Amino acid sequence: MKTQVPRSELPDEEARGRLEGIVNDQSQPGSETQSPEPVVRQNVQQQEAGRLEAIQRGETFEPEIHDCVRQEEHVLNVDGFSFWYGDKQALFDINMPIPKGKITAIIGPSGCGKSTLLRSINRLNGLLADTRHQGDILLNGDSVYGKSVDVIQLRKRMGMVFQKSNPFPMSIFENVVYPLRVDGERDKKVLNEVCIQSLKGSALYDEVQDRIQDSALGLSGGQQQRLCIARAIAGEPEVLLMDEPCSALDPVATIKIEDLMQDLKGEYSIVIVTHNMQQASRVSDYCAFMYLGRLVEYGPTGDLFTNPILPETADYVSGRFG
Amino acid sequence: MIQSTAPLDSADSGQARRSDSPMPKKRRRRYAKSSILARGEPMVWLTGGSLVLCVGMIISLIALILYQGGTTFWPGKILSFKTVNGTVVQGEITRSSSVTYTPEIISGLDPKTKEKVEAEVAKGNKTGHRRLVRTGNFDLTNTHFEWIDNNSIQEEQEPEWLVLLERRSWGRFYGIPKALKRNDEVIAEGPEATWKAFQENHTEVYEGVERFIGVQKYDFGRIHKSLEKSRLRLKSIELEHGIESAEYREGQKKLQEETNATKSEEARLNEELALLKKKNSELTMTLVTAGGQEATVPLAEIVRGVASNQLNTSGRLGLYFERWWEFLFDDPREANSEGGIWPALVGTVIMTLLMSAAVVPFGILAALYLREYAKAGFVVSTIRIAINNLAGVPSIVFGVFGLGFFCYIVGSGIDEMFFQENLPNPTYGKGGVLWASATLALLTLPVVIVATEEAIAAVPGSMREGSYACGASKWQTIQRIVLPRALPGIMTGFILAMARGAGEVAPLMLVGVVKLAPELPIDSVAPFLHPERSFMHLGFHIYDVGFQSQNSEAAKPMVYTTTLLLISIIAGLNLVAIWVRGRLRRRFIKTEI
Ligand SMILES: Nc1ncnc2c1ncn2[C@@H]1O[C@H](COP(=O)(O)OP(=O)(O)OP(=O)(O)O)[C@@H](O)[C@H]1O
Ligand SMILES: [Mg+2]
Repeated sequence: MKTQVPRSELPDEEARGRLEGIVNDQSQPGSETQSPEPVVRQNVQQQEAGRLEAIQRGETFEPEIHDCVRQEEHVLNVDGFSFWYGDKQALFDINMPIPKGKITAIIGPSGCGKSTLLRSINRLNGLLADTRHQGDILLNGDSVYGKSVDVIQLRKRMGMVFQKSNPFPMSIFENVVYPLRVDGERDKKVLNEVCIQSLKGSALYDEVQDRIQDSALGLSGGQQQRLCIARAIAGEPEVLLMDEPCSALDPVATIKIEDLMQDLKGEYSIVIVTHNMQQASRVSDYCAFMYLGRLVEYGPTGDLFTNPILPETADYVSGRFG
Repeated sequence: MIQSTAPLDSADSGQARRSDSPMPKKRRRRYAKSSILARGEPMVWLTGGSLVLCVGMIISLIALILYQGGTTFWPGKILSFKTVNGTVVQGEITRSSSVTYTPEIISGLDPKTKEKVEAEVAKGNKTGHRRLVRTGNFDLTNTHFEWIDNNSIQEEQEPEWLVLLERRSWGRFYGIPKALKRNDEVIAEGPEATWKAFQENHTEVYEGVERFIGVQKYDFGRIHKSLEKSRLRLKSIELEHGIESAEYREGQKKLQEETNATKSEEARLNEELALLKKKNSELTMTLVTAGGQEATVPLAEIVRGVASNQLNTSGRLGLYFERWWEFLFDDPREANSEGGIWPALVGTVIMTLLMSAAVVPFGILAALYLREYAKAGFVVSTIRIAINNLAGVPSIVFGVFGLGFFCYIVGSGIDEMFFQENLPNPTYGKGGVLWASATLALLTLPVVIVATEEAIAAVPGSMREGSYACGASKWQTIQRIVLPRALPGIMTGFILAMARGAGEVAPLMLVGVVKLAPELPIDSVAPFLHPERSFMHLGFHIYDVGFQSQNSEAAKPMVYTTTLLLISIIAGLNLVAIWVRGRLRRRFIKTEI
């Protein structure tokens, strides 16, 4: 159950110490080359051309993971995870503990592997032909990629909300109770209760209570997305995965879903991928910055947005890059 | 490589042009405008024209069938023509056409007409009109039809009392009633009185004849069948226990009893038949034909008598629908060229339904495997290509396969196992509605597989992923998400398959369709559906009536009406399927918001 010890704690600490210096030096960019500290090879290059360019060239860095992330209790633990689509590697040795009962945002430029990471957690990517992985992910201490894992049982422990809402072609009721239906639940009373609970949980109940048996395809886009959230929480998952849940919604619906996430937080652990920096800073407790399949910096949202370790993170969150 | 360099090149040349000619851009645009294809109208005309051509052909085909099929049963006036050389032609006009008088045609005309035509031709009128008259009375004249040239008509009349009799054999009869007799005793004389007496007595005689036919066909059939059953039972006892056993002797005794009972029943029925026959043949009607001959027609021979020239419009309409009714729900007469097509109608519908029941589940399962389970690769592509090409195999090949595989291998196997007492007479080891349906199912399988595959492929991946993310297994996802969503597309395949299958004829001739089936494949005797029976089919009926009948001119209207009916059935089945599909579509596929 307890968080496992990060494999690279010590080097990480060292790197952090070094990098603090760099951050402090940032006001004088020219001084980077004359850094007085003992420098490992990676750092030299980072100082020469910036860490992101170095990543582009295919070099590897230890991610900057803030200490307080490790001190939390973790629901998920991504442990040295790499992923390939055919020959193309999309994730590079990701190590990333995800705190329990909190909202963790993943940000990064398009194509950096955010969705891949998210979809690796519930093994949706495994459905694609010709994919490959290395390393493992732990869900409350249980291996996700272990040999004897029943992937269907595993997915029942997670809920997922997609970028584009995907209600099923059935009634609102059947949509919400779908996770229970596939478990073979038939008791009308239980189903009804779960349906109402979940719809209330996703702040949709008031809008649809008198047409619960109507087709879900008749709902508006925002309502459909909240319906998908209701569906995702109906199975009482241990973790809720959200891939840009608001990108197709108007500001009002977005606010509704953000409020909803705040309500769900605590009871559920949420991992959300977003392109919207304001959203990440508004809703999340922790935030991870990814670049080209690598985790770059990961820490409490406040720190990451106002006082990041790496200048690249600062650039990205302030919109100067990406 | 080329693609990446091309824009560079053009950019370069554009730059070069700009430097030496002042307005290269304008020239380019003028060039584009001057191209015919760039303007678009010619393509509109081309595409629109093709569509009009297609639609035009389809509409004219349907209009032809509708017109010809629709007017067949309309009772026309019965005309009487007196020709210039003194003969009389009586009957209904079937169609008319124009003739161009060539020397050959003129030399074929009778002398008086020839004179007239030659005079006309000399005046410059090289074309004339002729009409085909359905003269009937085949037993007297040896012909059903006669062409009559307008130039040969001296007088044209609509005699009030010229009537039409539709007979059970020999086709139609035209004549003027003269007398009605009961056993040589005249009970009415003169056209009016005779006709009145005919109408009074005809219904009773008609019912007597129907009863006669019923006894012959059903009552005798019933007792023979039960006797046959007992014999078969005895034979299976023999096969099981041997000829020496007590069971066999017991069975033999029982069979003897039953045979005796049947004999007495048969005698009773024969008596009834003789009585009916005597009663039915009492009445006869004497008529005067066009040639002035007198002919006697027994009332028992007459299906319907029509005094066409006295009918008003509502009377004609009534007769029109009566004939349609007879056409739809009666058995055929006279080598299928008269009467109804009820057995063919039933056979077609049952075969189509059985075929659908076989092809749809198989097609869906096969498509599901191909799309959902099979790993994409060389083998799957090969199979897919093979399936698509299967649709191009001539249908007669499927017929041969059906005969060889279903009838001779599967059917014989079934006979060996379950119907041994019947051998050497085959039960399933010959053509039948089941094997015909199976053959057509095979024939239409590619259509269903391709359509289903496409429908399954069109189900958005996001929906599947949503289902998997909820913890659904593959089969649950297919069953709850993919199939409902693909159902409208599957219905499309089903519709296409049905339309193709119901209209197919060639393979059926090998696997169970017959010209005249003694029994329907469905009846009130358990087990109600008899899939081993051979059956009649509208498509084959068209071929048979149109090309195999003696009297092809008289059969032609039947071809059109049968075609009309076949098209209506297919259209009807399709409309139902389309309606269902529309409902499903509204339910499962809403346009995205
Ligand atoms: N099905 C796939 N097959 C092959 N490559 C893929 C596939 N899906 C994603 N990739 C590649 O993997 C990399 C990561 O993709 P991913 O979808 O995870 O990016 P992302 O961070 O979610 O981007 P975005 O913000 O645009 O959604 C990209 O380079 C992408 O091209
Ligand atoms: Mg993405």
